[in-house]
Amino acid sequence: MRDGYDVLVVGAGPAGLAAAAAAAGHGARVGLIDAQAGAGGQVWRREVARTGPALARRGIAAALGHPGVAWLPQTQVVGAEAGALLVEDPQGGRWLGYRALVLAAGARELLLPFPGWTLPGVTGAGGLQALAKQGWPLRGCRVVIAGSGPLLLAAAVTARRHGAELLGVYEQAGGEHLRRFARGLWRWPGKAAQAAWMRARLAGVPYRCGSVVRRASGEARVQAVEVDGPHGLQRIACDLLAVGYGLLPNVELARLLGCALRQSGAHPCVDTDSRQRTSVEGIYAAGELCGIGGRDSARLEGAIAGHAAAGDDAGAARLQRPRRHARRFAERLDRHFALDPRVRALAEADTVICRCEDVPLSALDGHADARSARLATRCGMGACQGRICGGALAELGRFPRDGSRPPLFPARLSTLAADPVSFRDP
Amino acid sequence: MSAPVRLQINGHGVEVPPGTSVAAAIARLGLPFRRSVQGHWRAPLCGIGVCFECRVRIDGLAQQRACMLPVREGMQVWTDA
Ligand SMILES: Cc1cc2nc3c(=O)[nH]c(=O)nc-3n(C[C@H](O)[C@H](O)[C@H](O)COP(=O)(O)OP(=O)(O)OC[C@H]3O[C@@H](n4cnc5c(N)ncnc54)[C@H](O)[C@@H]3O)c2cc1C
Ligand code: FES
Repeated sequence: MRDGYDVLVVGAGPAGLAAAAAAAGHGARVGLIDAQAGAGGQVWRREVARTGPALARRGIAAALGHPGVAWLPQTQVVGAEAGALLVEDPQGGRWLGYRALVLAAGARELLLPFPGWTLPGVTGAGGLQALAKQGWPLRGCRVVIAGSGPLLLAAAVTARRHGAELLGVYEQAGGEHLRRFARGLWRWPGKAAQAAWMRARLAGVPYRCGSVVRRASGEARVQAVEVDGPHGLQRIACDLLAVGYGLLPNVELARLLGCALRQSGAHPCVDTDSRQRTSVEGIYAAGELCGIGGRDSARLEGAIAGHAAAGDDAGAARLQRPRRHARRFAERLDRHFALDPRVRALAEADTVICRCEDVPLSALDGHADARSARLATRCGMGACQGRICGGALAELGRFPRDGSRPPLFPARLSTLAADPVSFRDP
Repeated sequence: MSAPVRLQINGHGVEVPPGTSVAAAIARLGLPFRRSVQGHWRAPLCGIGVCFECRVRIDGLAQQRACMLPVREGMQVWTDA
């Protein structure tokens, strides 16, 4: 016998946690799954030997502490059918049934290829933050942070707290964009306070606008980077380079389930109505998945989805105004941190694009779509299933990401053989 | 602070605080992670289970993402080194 739930929530970040708590508050039997061992998603990822911020602790406790919520950590969705998801946990594979499904799978970083980006010691910006929070040694390490967006500052704060020597934060957006962004921040006092707090923690660390890392070099690992800034090229010797160009939604499961997507810039996100309903009956989506919006819109949309999935339309209606306000902040981010065309032209002919299969940019010439490139070069056929190169190629304007195929993540054979009729109806 | 977790990486014993990821434990020893299909060294990129650059063998299971797994007492980890 397998488990079935009234409401099954995928992803235990701010959106999924809020959805689980809201649905359980209406008496629904809720299953909350996440591939990670801890709840909190990206922003509330726990740090080794450190208690999280109060907001995070409250958000996590409201869901995990609710008797109506079954918390299923280290559980990854690998496949789907109408009314049930195939999941894998350390014990094996099984199907989980649901009446309503809330997708809250969040976002990953947009990682763009440049010469040297495959060297050990080159990570994403949020990537370095996530690694550091789980004990990656940074004490005494010379770190360069680069890319775009407020995540660079958050990553820098975490790295410094872990003892890194920050050589600088290099933001690709120009100074005039950032000044305009900062002037509008007063309408979101929480964000303004957060920005001030981060800047105070980064006192003495150079923050340079209009600057792009063009190249990383080193023997067995990164030893230096070349930064192209308003005052020309600069070479910086370092031990680590953390570089991320913003975020893109993890739409793979939604796409497999047939939910309609819409384009947000070069990348797809899940299309929903004001009640977070997707185009598929009984399936809701919330948070970064519906377009990059950050923690606040994720929490609000999660709660809206949870109320709606449990049948409380009034609850969902009450949160519309704050949700719109939070989303407007995201629109500003998008505008002011728009990518400079320079960053789409960093890869050279021999720069590896598909890291899983070592496919260089030149091998993709002449292919009009992802499918043809995949068949000829194996680009996107490796373990990450095109999650890194697919996002990069879409951003580079080569070709858009195409369909999702099961299994969504490499899974054990025994998981794929799990009997689909063995879940119990709620 | 709670007691450290002991595990083995490529046969070396290592002690780390509970909650540390396998990836971080490998990095503390300064060991490389894996070789790409063309034989180049690779190490964690995304930190969140998406890129698969941190794959190692754990307790006999190949292709495990080291960034996703907290250390466990007695774990046996092998990198491509
Ligand atoms: C690396 C990184 C670091 C970040 N750091 C910050 C920060 O410091 N501050 C900040 O304000 N914002 C940060 N963000 C932005 C972040 O996207 C939002 O702040 C917020 O976490 C979004 O909430 P969410 O609930 O929509 O998604 P997330 O918090 O991303 O949660 C989604 C969850 O879904 C799980 N999941 C996804 N797919 C599956 C699957 N198939 N099976 C099972 N589980 C799955 C993931 O493991 C994840 O825990 C970061 C983003 C990234 C990618
Ligand atoms: S570092 Fe990307 S999957 Fe582990």
